[in-house]
Amino acid sequence: MSVLVYTESDQGTLKKGALEVASYAKAVADKLGTSVTAVTINTNNTSELAKYGVDKVLNISNEALQAFNAKIYADVIKQAAEKESSQVVILSSSADSKYIAPLLAVNLNAGYASNVIEAPSSTSPFTVKRNAFTNKAFEVSQINTEVKIIGVSSNAFGLVETSGEASAEDFSPSILESDVKVQSVDKVTDKVTIADADIVVSGGRGLKGPENWGMIEELADVLGAATACSKPVSDLGWRPHGEHVGQTGKPVASNLYIAIGISGAIQHLAGVNASKVKLVINTDPEAPFFKAADYGVVGDAFTVVPELIEKLKAFKANQ
Amino acid sequence: MKILVCISHVPDTTSKINFTDGDTKFDTNGVQFVINPNDEFGLTRAMWFKEKQGANITVVNVGGPETEPTLRKALAIGADAAIRVNTEATDGFTVAKQLAKVATDGNFDLIIAGRESIDYNGGMVPGMIAGLINANFVNNCIGLEVEGTTTTATREIDGGKETISATLPLVIGGQKGLVEESDLRIPNMRGIMMARKKPLTVAEPVESNPETTSVKFEKPAPKGAVKLVSEDNLDELINLLHNEAKVI
Ligand SMILES: Cc1cc2nc3c(=O)[nH]c(=O)nc-3n(C[C@H](O)[C@H](O)[C@H](O)COP(=O)(O)OP(=O)(O)OC[C@H]3O[C@@H](n4cnc5c(N)ncnc54)[C@H](O)[C@@H]3O)c2cc1C
Repeated sequence: MSVLVYTESDQGTLKKGALEVASYAKAVADKLGTSVTAVTINTNNTSELAKYGVDKVLNISNEALQAFNAKIYADVIKQAAEKESSQVVILSSSADSKYIAPLLAVNLNAGYASNVIEAPSSTSPFTVKRNAFTNKAFEVSQINTEVKIIGVSSNAFGLVETSGEASAEDFSPSILESDVKVQSVDKVTDKVTIADADIVVSGGRGLKGPENWGMIEELADVLGAATACSKPVSDLGWRPHGEHVGQTGKPVASNLYIAIGISGAIQHLAGVNASKVKLVINTDPEAPFFKAADYGVVGDAFTVVPELIEKLKAFKANQ
Repeated sequence: MKILVCISHVPDTTSKINFTDGDTKFDTNGVQFVINPNDEFGLTRAMWFKEKQGANITVVNVGGPETEPTLRKALAIGADAAIRVNTEATDGFTVAKQLAKVATDGNFDLIIAGRESIDYNGGMVPGMIAGLINANFVNNCIGLEVEGTTTTATREIDGGKETISATLPLVIGGQKGLVEESDLRIPNMRGIMMARKKPLTVAEPVESNPETTSVKFEKPAPKGAVKLVSEDNLDELINLLHNEAKVI
């Protein structure tokens, strides 16, 4: 009967998002008066999960699962859900989890609510609040099926520490065959990615050209942040497409979003509004972004950003 | 090759989002509806296959008669036929079941859907179709080639991209990148005239109990005013980010 949570890892190490979904699963389990089982795939160290409310860990170690394959992963998680007779299965909002969840929903004949931002307000009927209309509204959604799947929006629930122990169990599900094969992966590995970042530093057309991105990267470096950009910037080829955020680009749900030389068009805001705190640096005091921002500096990026970098370096050195 | 392109009929991206009936229904008043942007990239990629290597394109939408202009637009862009499954698109799973039925009945090789629609943002329909018809599935697809029954797809991943091979039948959740934005098509007069003669079939839905139900909608609380910091006082900005917002 336990709540099942799929906790993702990257090269054997649990992702930060894994701890957040574990925290969420604990909140659901408390409401249902049951325990939390985490299923992990090829994770070296799962001890941290206990701190976030996990009672039991099913660790699957299998070479055949080294490369991500949504269909096979969904099948493995289904087997774990069946083993635990789980009525609720929880995943994150990472690209991989969003790839798995609909396949898992079909496997378990379960209703699936994605982009969920709060613990269920009721478990009978089972209702959750989720982001919809590209962050312009919330939908309160009721899941009617016996088994329920929830995708938790990044940084929405946060990390909740508790104390407890977790038992570990090896789990060896059967592995499907699939003719979906990864041929090559082209990844910039030494950088924080937009999906994982607590802070995102984003530049717009106001930066005038690709040669001016040095200061954006430096600011991101100082803050341990990921870099991003507005759509015209990637369309113009100043920055790679993977950095384009907004409604038609990547969604951003970081703790801090710094928008530099970005006007704040509705399509841009739609994709970044899920960020908790927004700082805008723009020469134009009428730029629409100031209406959506928490903090703002009306000023020229070319003077403000270098100064901010120096001041942040000094601040970090004193920490 | 037979291609099915799933078309979601969504409020134009600049629409004001409001609700009626005690916040239980989306207010369509004054809202212009368009082809979901992610689907538009998919439709254009399908047109590329049609023109470069020969393919027949059917577009499909699950929805009431009010969605037909959106399907007609897809026909004007160049799809060969359209199907409207005559039921309200209330939840993702139900929509996927309807589309899976159309996909099976029509024996489609390639099913192109958008990674998510910009209204409910469920991000579940393409994967569910694939699960229901037991086809291969590539999500966040930003590139696609087909040769015989073999496909090579590029998928966006965190911090990069991945190239995948898979055989048909294949379902993709497509997005920007499948084609260049400059290649997106605007229907011309000839296309619009021809679209009138193309078949738009209305299919009756398969029975389905909704797996999820929208209970109500809420709008975010109005935002407080921005705190402006002078560019001569960036220490204060750092202080606010550290002590007030607690984000650095
Ligand atoms: C269907 C559709 C989908 C879209 N999806 C997206 C999306 O996902 N993401 C997205 O970003 N856009 C999207 N757009 C585009 C969007 O409408 C805007 O065109 C875009 O966000 C503008 O980018 P920008 O703010 O960088 O550029 P601009 O609008 O050119 O604004 C540049 C800003 O920089 C400021 N500036 C100039 N010089 C300086 C300086 N020296 N220092 C500081 N500030 C300066 C200016 O005051 C201005 O506010 C979409 C549009 C459509 C129609």
